[in-house]
Amino acid sequence: MDSLLFARAQFAITTVYHFFFVPLTLGLSVLVALMETIYVRTGRVIYKDMAKFWGKLFVINFAMGVVTGIVQEFQFGMNWSEYSRFVGDIFGAPLAIEALLAFFLESTFLGIWIFGWDKLSKGLHALTMWMVAIGSNVSALWILIANSFMQEPVGYTIRNGRAEMTDFFALLLNPNVQVQFPHTVLAGFTTAAFFVMGISAYHLMRKQNIEFFRRSFQMAAIVGAFAIIMVGLTGHSQAQEMVRSQPMKMAAAEALWYTEDPASFSILTIGDLAQRRDVFAIRIPRLLSLLAYNQLSGEVKGIHDLQAEFEQQYGEGNYIPPVAVTYWTFRMMVGSGILLGWFGLYAVFIVMADLYDNRRWAWRIFPYTIALPYLANTSGWLMTELGRAPWVVYGVMKIEDAISPTVSGGMALFTLVAFTLIYASLMVATIYLLRKFAIAGPKITEVEEPKADVGFVPAAQPAQD
Amino acid sequence: MDLNTVWFILIAVLYIGFFVLEGFDFGVGMLLPFLSKHSDPQEQDRLRRTMINNIGPHWDANEVWLLTAGGATFAAFPHWYATLFSGFYLALFLLLAALIVRGVAFEFRSKDDNPRWRRLWDTCIFLGSAVPALLLGVAFANLVRGVPIDAEMHYVGTFFDLLNPYSIMAGLDTVLTFALYGAIFLSLKTKGEVMERAESAAQRLWLPTLVVTVLVLIMTYFYTDILTKLGVNPGFIPIAGAAAFLLSFYFIRRRQMGWAFILVAVSIAFAFLSEFMILFPRVMVSSLNPAWSLTIYNAASSPYTLRVMTIIAVIFLPIVLAYQAWSYWVFRKRISGLPEELTY
Ligand code: HDD
Ligand code: HEM
Ligand code: HEM
Repeated sequence: MDSLLFARAQFAITTVYHFFFVPLTLGLSVLVALMETIYVRTGRVIYKDMAKFWGKLFVINFAMGVVTGIVQEFQFGMNWSEYSRFVGDIFGAPLAIEALLAFFLESTFLGIWIFGWDKLSKGLHALTMWMVAIGSNVSALWILIANSFMQEPVGYTIRNGRAEMTDFFALLLNPNVQVQFPHTVLAGFTTAAFFVMGISAYHLMRKQNIEFFRRSFQMAAIVGAFAIIMVGLTGHSQAQEMVRSQPMKMAAAEALWYTEDPASFSILTIGDLAQRRDVFAIRIPRLLSLLAYNQLSGEVKGIHDLQAEFEQQYGEGNYIPPVAVTYWTFRMMVGSGILLGWFGLYAVFIVMADLYDNRRWAWRIFPYTIALPYLANTSGWLMTELGRAPWVVYGVMKIEDAISPTVSGGMALFTLVAFTLIYASLMVATIYLLRKFAIAGPKITEVEEPKADVGFVPAAQPAQD
Repeated sequence: MDLNTVWFILIAVLYIGFFVLEGFDFGVGMLLPFLSKHSDPQEQDRLRRTMINNIGPHWDANEVWLLTAGGATFAAFPHWYATLFSGFYLALFLLLAALIVRGVAFEFRSKDDNPRWRRLWDTCIFLGSAVPALLLGVAFANLVRGVPIDAEMHYVGTFFDLLNPYSIMAGLDTVLTFALYGAIFLSLKTKGEVMERAESAAQRLWLPTLVVTVLVLIMTYFYTDILTKLGVNPGFIPIAGAAAFLLSFYFIRRRQMGWAFILVAVSIAFAFLSEFMILFPRVMVSSLNPAWSLTIYNAASSPYTLRVMTIIAVIFLPIVLAYQAWSYWVFRKRISGLPEELTY
């Protein structure tokens, strides 16, 4: 049985599943921390209610991020033992650092946040959510440092048949991290912002808790519009980095068979994959050169020329990644990005012009935009990872040399099926809960206007769960 | 002391930290169905929630000790990481599956009123606590007993090679010990009905735990070469561990659970400490040829990586310890189980 195929499928399913929850954690942790901070600074109880309501959704999502992450930590050893032996020196380090610096922080302080509402002072309690937010984003940094080594190996040497670290700081300052980290984190902010906007729109349409959801929408609109614009810009930097470090991925993402100068950008290509040529294509001249170099001309290498180059450099073999997947996932991501950009601007327009009333169709549409960042996140990763094929560490190690020789096809298939079933059932439960709480809406704390003469300020009653 | 030894010690510390902390929350999970028996379903649910809310703030951070141990093994001893986790593949799968459903269960169970929903997640908490406790005992017994590892550092056995009388007995031992430990923890942190039940559970669990532990010690003598080939003589440590365990009974009987908790924690820590000392400098013993065992030298990363990692660990481990300790301080009070006290 094909253990390589099963191991790859298992890895892909597990990481895609993990990353289904991660982006929301990255962004929503910050939004909730902001809400609670506003509450602490201004004393307005509605912001406490907001922190609690969005915090509850955050926590459900976070739990899934945690349990799927546990598998991630061990699966390199399980299915990719030769990979682990070969790069453990370099790759294990950021993973261990991530656990020590980030996972302890997130998990400890989230525990305190959830259970500590009436055990800590207001300020200290808000601070614990900031710790969670910092932990999540620090975790993203370290894992992306690890991933960037696979995209663009730096700071190492091959000794005794293993890759050994020679320069820790080169690893940290990897040019790939510098573009990948901001893009990924901002994608997380985008995800969270549209999540909040979508759910708020749902309630605004039904005219429930209008004050509460206006404020939520407003905050998310500002964060979201900013984040999505930055996602586009950092994506552009990434494309430039990609042309430099992994030209084959760019060629595949653009279905560019032959080298062009100036290079054209594909709007739609129907290709003949067996013959490796176009059947039908609409391309915008010069746009790819512009994307790659910020100028209207410049050579972008094509798949056939790169294949010939690679054969000279690394010997016989197929160095072409799956073109169709790489091409279409790139389009899905950028397409979603463009749509999200318009929605982001529209949301800001609604907020600025104070058009909350009479926007029924907007409230009807926004809930559906929640899906777009998820589509873009998943397709972005698929493109990044599949476009790297056949390499697991670019230019250094191929995927087929990375797998565990002692894990049989049958074992790999068994765990593949079992994990997939577990994930699928948990997904059902998660969506059920998220829906239930999102639709139920917040518990609003009634605040009586404090009467000046009595000087009595009602204590916020602890909400019951 | 060379850096390889430092990292061996650090990893031992991480695993011991994991057992000492997650040990009691595994125990609470295992006791969940037993200490909550009640004819009135609502009352039963309240008792369960009282138990769960006690470990609610802590279980995830406790589990991170295991994750960090895994990451540290990857960074410092890549061959150990690779051989162990690809070799114990199906066992690790079971462990991960159990931890997945357990983590979600804590979060999800009280978020819906449907009794079937709650019963489902309660089963997940029970299995998700008992299965890892058992498997971890089995795995650690096999580390010292030796497993078939060839000259290429590849595990060449099967899943069933991991299941032998010795390792299963050791697994049973961890299950019982953690259940006892969890009962003591609960009796410290609850009031009323749960506290009384936890106290009597601790009293009843103590003797079986002792019996199984003694059996494991005897079997260690027959099943492993470890006693004739000590890495480092653990000296008084195992004796102190045993003494702590024996003494704990005195305090359990007198219901001085604080002392009992400390003593059982010490005995767990010392038991694993002894195991690591005996193992040293090996990390996995080959049953095929002693020369094929993985050691802290042939399994290690380069000196450069070890140096970088040492600096980072020395700076950050104390910080982690400080804020985790603080989190226990925040939740030091007993929970009596009044509905308004319960978050989960
Ligand atoms: C860009 C962000 C990102 C990426 C690419 C990954 N993760 Fe992740 N991971 C997170 C961002 C994150 C997070 C935001 O920090 C999570 C998600 C939800 C959470 O609880 O923390 C998390 C949780 C999480 C946990 C649980 C931590 C806990 O118990 O609190 C583990 C063990 C991992 N991850 C490990 C990995 C590994 C080994 C990955 C590589 C394949 C990986 N993650 C990809
Ligand atoms: C969370 C976001 C990520 C997603 C969604 C993702 C997705 C994928 C996918 C779809 C593959 C291709 C599987 C295949 O070839 O069939 C893959 C391969 C791989 N990725 Fe990622 N990945 C992510 C992050 C990472 C990170 C952060 C690392 C390392 C730290 C990593 C390491 C690997 C490895 C080792 C492979 C090789 C296995 C293979 O190519 O099949 N991935 N990933
Ligand atoms: C708007 C236009 C966008 C452009 C030009 C763009 C560009 C890119 C490029 C070139 C990569 C691949 C980097 C590599 O393989 O080295 C990438 C990856 C990725 N993109 Fe985008 N992107 C855009 C929008 C989005 C959006 C809207 C999201 C999600 C909300 C998103 C999420 C991701 C993710 C998660 C990855 C994988 C991680 C990474 O390599 O950074 N992207 N993007």
